[in-house]
Amino acid sequence: MQIRSPEFKANSVKALSDAQLQKALGNVRAGFIDKRKKAVDALPEFDALRENGKAIKDHTLANLDLYLENYEAQVKAAGGHVHWAETAEDARRIILDLCASRGVKTVTKGKSMISEEIALNDALEAAGVRPVETDLGEYIIQLRGEHPSHIIAPAVHLNKEQIEADFRRVHTHLPADRELVEHEKLLTEARAVLREQYFKADLGITGANFLVAETGSSIIVTNEGNGDLTQILPRIHVVVASIEKVVPTLEDAAQILRLLARSATGQDMSVYTTISTGGRREGDPDGPDEYHVVLLDNGRSSMLGTEFQEMLRCIRCGACMNHCPVYHAVGGHAYGWVYPGPMGAVLTPSLIGVDKGGHLPNASTFCGRCESVCPMKIPLPKMMRHWREREFERGLNPAAARYGLKAWAFFARRPSLYRFFASLGIPVLSAAGGAKHRFSWLPFAGGWTKYRELPAPEGRTFLQQWAQREAKKQEPVR
Amino acid sequence: MQHQSTKRPTVGLFVTCLVDLFRPSVGFAAVKLIEEAGCTVDVPMTQTCCGQPAYNSGDREDTREIAKATIAAFEEFDYVVAPSGSCTGMLKKHYPALFAGDPAWESRAAEFSKKVHELVSFLADEMKVEGVTAKLTATATYHDSCSGLRELGIHDQPRKLLASVEGLKIAEMQEADVCCGFGGTFCVKYSDISNAIVTKKTANIETAGADMLLAGDLGCLMNMAGKLKRDGSSIEVRHVAEVLAGMTDQPPIGGAN
Amino acid sequence: MSARDAILNKVRASLGAGNGPRAKVVRERLDGAPRGLIPERGQLPDAARIDLFAAQAEKVHATTERLASYADLPAAVTAYLRSKNLSASIRMGDDPRLNGADWSMQAALEIRRGPSDGNDETGLSHAFGAVAETGTLVLHSGAENPTTVNFLPEHHLVIVDAKDVAGDLETVLARVRETFGKGQMPRTLNMITGPSRSGDIEQKMLLGAHGPRALHIMVVGS
Repeated sequence: MQIRSPEFKANSVKALSDAQLQKALGNVRAGFIDKRKKAVDALPEFDALRENGKAIKDHTLANLDLYLENYEAQVKAAGGHVHWAETAEDARRIILDLCASRGVKTVTKGKSMISEEIALNDALEAAGVRPVETDLGEYIIQLRGEHPSHIIAPAVHLNKEQIEADFRRVHTHLPADRELVEHEKLLTEARAVLREQYFKADLGITGANFLVAETGSSIIVTNEGNGDLTQILPRIHVVVASIEKVVPTLEDAAQILRLLARSATGQDMSVYTTISTGGRREGDPDGPDEYHVVLLDNGRSSMLGTEFQEMLRCIRCGACMNHCPVYHAVGGHAYGWVYPGPMGAVLTPSLIGVDKGGHLPNASTFCGRCESVCPMKIPLPKMMRHWREREFERGLNPAAARYGLKAWAFFARRPSLYRFFASLGIPVLSAAGGAKHRFSWLPFAGGWTKYRELPAPEGRTFLQQWAQREAKKQEPVR
Repeated sequence: MQHQSTKRPTVGLFVTCLVDLFRPSVGFAAVKLIEEAGCTVDVPMTQTCCGQPAYNSGDREDTREIAKATIAAFEEFDYVVAPSGSCTGMLKKHYPALFAGDPAWESRAAEFSKKVHELVSFLADEMKVEGVTAKLTATATYHDSCSGLRELGIHDQPRKLLASVEGLKIAEMQEADVCCGFGGTFCVKYSDISNAIVTKKTANIETAGADMLLAGDLGCLMNMAGKLKRDGSSIEVRHVAEVLAGMTDQPPIGGAN
Repeated sequence: MSARDAILNKVRASLGAGNGPRAKVVRERLDGAPRGLIPERGQLPDAARIDLFAAQAEKVHATTERLASYADLPAAVTAYLRSKNLSASIRMGDDPRLNGADWSMQAALEIRRGPSDGNDETGLSHAFGAVAETGTLVLHSGAENPTTVNFLPEHHLVIVDAKDVAGDLETVLARVRETFGKGQMPRTLNMITGPSRSGDIEQKMLLGAHGPRALHIMVVGS
């Protein structure tokens, strides 16, 4: 996937003027925020569970090598195969090799952000293998040649009229005069079209919400059931997952499952939580013959032991972006790579470099709403600030901003100079504000006055007035 | 603290640079409220800014120097109080982290942090102020500024004290807890996004049916006032301290329409 | 160096980790599988637990009914099919508890055995257990209850023993461990909470995305 994160500003301007997008983004509040709040408020133990979830992940990350080794041994014991991939390129090659050696022509896919991260669909198509996304949202954006704009609601940026147009464009085997206006009609059509594909596919690819070290299992969580049809109908099931998805035991997964769906969609539990372990057993009447796991690192091991380690607790619920005012304004595509919103603002620079992803951690008001809803208590604003520090150390931020900041800091570090210049400048500025007490334009304040008036200072500074008041008190009484 | 009933607690007022430069009346309102709560107020002249512009731009070195000067200027007081959730959050929550592992400053920053309070929560929680004597005939809506709300848990305190202002009605807006889009340098670095966010905020303010907007942070207030005034709104914008202190004679932030 | 060793070495180097006590802590955690926090609502006594299970399942658009015994199952299935205007045919696996009911009384009912091929309107499964806390059914793969029956039919009927309705998920997972052995799992363990749905079109929740449009749960016994 082409990286467009350096063009974040231009992307966001475009997004802000896209009326369709702005209309669709209006669905986020009712669709996610209110539902999450209701579900969380109904479980008194939710905050205690957050602490537990955090502790589970922290413990696992501190022992990640050992849990990965145990996980691998258990997958093998259950007859499955583990493939280790250091990079996205390695992961693609492993999957393409599997397809080639087993004569795979069609691949169905459950929703997987790792698959997006390694740009798997492009690689499959280039190798003559047809990937079919089966999550409704993913299917829609695949028809449009787009990428997800949200990690759990990939088509949240679209309205139903756009989806109808896409279905009419692509599903040409269906009568042109069919009724397709209602949501239900669109869903029914997608269900019928995709049902055929499940049976055609030779290989099914899913992601994983958890890998369980105790049992060598992968766990997927869906509402549609597409992930299950993807993994039980084809001959081969391939799980693509990153290394930090591992948890020690089933009990640990159970703790975090109580957080995941509530945080994501406001459900107590997603409709389908499926634990898969190995391929078809003796006597099984259905299920895949082969079970493979591709374990991806792609830069995560280098995040361990750094100020970004806590990001690896992320369970990809999407609550941070659902509650982010910046995401609400520009949507997910503006972020320019796979992961949008606050989690993307931290993760993207880790995975593609801060030189390319630097805008993302800067484009935050630090309102802290993301951290307040994060089920894994990831200090997202703090880590965005750490990225700003890395940028500053490397001199990556714009020169004008650096000089401006340095000039400001010069005065902030010298109180008497600060007071002196403020006492001269502020009354002048105040007088210039006139009877309206505000400015519509000021030199060097264009970033502010483009959209807002700038309130004028009242008059003399507080410190000026206070000093005078104190001096008066000291005067001898006549 | 029992024996201190005879001795009034001393409060160092951290004015904040925005109040110092743009709206001194908020500082005087704060002084009045703190004195009425039974404290002695002083204002160290060596204060400038809390350091957030440097801190949030990744400039740790300057931030630490500013923090050291601030700590040194305020260490002598029983309490440090600021009329801003954002600056208070910086002093209280972020200063200690700046000096983690620094033998000379770690404990100083931690001791300092314990004394720091945001104005309205200081009055309600520390000084147990139950109400104020101010009067104002108006219908106000209150915006929860992000740092105050999420870093310091300030939500009920301003509402409780505002409820005691005779004649004042509160009309809650939708999404009072959502960011106004100010974000310090964010609002100029990403002005288009900031504008989109503040546009939603002012729409919620207008719908609330209030004639006055209140909040506890001047940055947010200037942002929202600037937008309201640009759009020709007649809603008056004031810092919550002005109303609680009964000091509403000066023109509102950004002037009247 | 293999990719495996390269990744594991990088992980160890980043963590600055030696082996000693870590290995013991990890082993104990894997062996002990300690339970975390169980919400109060997952710890109700018998009758209240089954009521909660039914209420939670209905909240997510499943339908529920109580059966006194397996003898009532065939009539209940026929009644459901009739009430929904469905063809008199069900797909089911080779579960002895399902087979034990006297289906001959429902002469018009066609019973198809084995996994579903996608041409079944209605499937019938026996659940391994259920979780009251969330209204969740737990089923596992095998000849007795093929996984395809859980997903391909439009209507999914599931029977579960009242005694197998646990308060919390952990209790059912412990039973799985008891049944299959420590560290062992059935190929697939399905936890099902309501019928299939999607909110991918304008965040409007619709039932019947890829899996069953309807989930009907029969709790048998007391």
